[in-house]
Amino acid sequence: METAHKTDVIIIGAGPVGLFAVFELGLLDMKAHLVDILDRPGGQCAELYPEKPIYDIPALPIVTGQELTDRLMEQIKPFGATFHFGEMAQKIEKIDNGWRLTTDAGTVIEAPVTVIAAGGGSFTPKKPPIKGIEEYEGTSVFYAVRKMEQFRGKNLVIAGGGDSALDWTVNLAPVANSLTLLHRRDDFRAAPHTVSQMRQLVNDNKMKLVIANLTDIKGANGQINALTLTNADKTVQDLPCDTLLAFYGLTMKLGPVGELCAQQNIELQNGLIPVDTEKFETSAERLFAIGDINWYPGKLKLILSGFHEAALMAQKAFRYVYPDRKLRFEYTTSSSNLQGKLGVK
Amino acid sequence: MMIRVTGRDGSEQELDAIEGWRVMEIIRDHGMTDPNVAIKAECGGSLACATCHVYVDAAWVDKLVPASEDEIYMMDEAFAVQDNSRLSCQIIMNEELDGLQVTLAPGTEP
Repeated sequence: METAHKTDVIIIGAGPVGLFAVFELGLLDMKAHLVDILDRPGGQCAELYPEKPIYDIPALPIVTGQELTDRLMEQIKPFGATFHFGEMAQKIEKIDNGWRLTTDAGTVIEAPVTVIAAGGGSFTPKKPPIKGIEEYEGTSVFYAVRKMEQFRGKNLVIAGGGDSALDWTVNLAPVANSLTLLHRRDDFRAAPHTVSQMRQLVNDNKMKLVIANLTDIKGANGQINALTLTNADKTVQDLPCDTLLAFYGLTMKLGPVGELCAQQNIELQNGLIPVDTEKFETSAERLFAIGDINWYPGKLKLILSGFHEAALMAQKAFRYVYPDRKLRFEYTTSSSNLQGKLGVK
Repeated sequence: MMIRVTGRDGSEQELDAIEGWRVMEIIRDHGMTDPNVAIKAECGGSLACATCHVYVDAAWVDKLVPASEDEIYMMDEAFAVQDNSRLSCQIIMNEELDGLQVTLAPGTEP
């Protein structure tokens, strides 16, 4: 086992609420480690709607998801949080006076307090709703490229029309034995430059482009041998191949967070974690849930509610992290102590 | 005002509709108590996810405001897209749509 990181608070999820929790904890002298499955901060704000304006953040009449993320990152800078990006929180165990969290990358973090700020769950690739597709996943159906060599000599179909699909089409064309790009229409939202590279490869007979919907998979024992495609005129054709790479975007799945809760016997309510409205603590002591992932009577899934929840959570977290210290309530406007922490004094 | 929604299990339901609501919101509201019409709609109507994909009955297709370029782009992340495919968050209820008939597409499961 790797040596465990020791910190005051583990935060699962680096969306806006997880990030603001770093601020509220930081004012009370608590350091945090954050784990997020995405490769950057911002959660839904950065992944689902980076360019979309948000109008209901107090004092910011208009802000995009990305700007909000950038501003939060700037605001929490003084508190030096540690980020573990691209990692999924996999196991949570009770230790003496706290928690040990292990990620799927083998990172181990120990802290007196853990906060689940996982929003709608973990971002995972959208899977085509084809019965039995699980049987092929990891063998001949993939949703990401870990090593390009994995696709050498394959008769590969890449499905999708966005940047991931087009980037990998251009990169894997020389590696695969044959490559077909499958998309529902002959128009692509990927970067124009990549699209023209793909068109050139088609003109040079180095790959094929097929316009149709993927509707079924044929094969046996985890090995596909053809895809069933439905054309715009509803006629059906088979496309022989041995490997499928599908890029239909990301979706949020509760799965991994649900697992963590199950490990601590926390009963979810409609897929959400019940908490109290005083401390936002779950039924497991020292384990909190804030933001879209929690539920209490009157809950509203708003970023501003999550900010409020982060502030109250931090009050209770302080009492676990510093059981012998008295919590002094101060304002950033007047406290030279807080201003010192913020580096503005 | 009402809409008719065919669930993924094939059963048809009549749902009360309110002028000005997105069809996705009407379905989502009913879906909370009826799993047959439960809808993922994970981005909440910000045209960022394609998990509120419906097929619009042929008789109604021409009554809808045509899809924007953003909606067409977003449908690239939907599955089994047909000519009558729409994202239900982009259909706003009005009197003319009273009786609108839609079918939940695969990939909308919560």
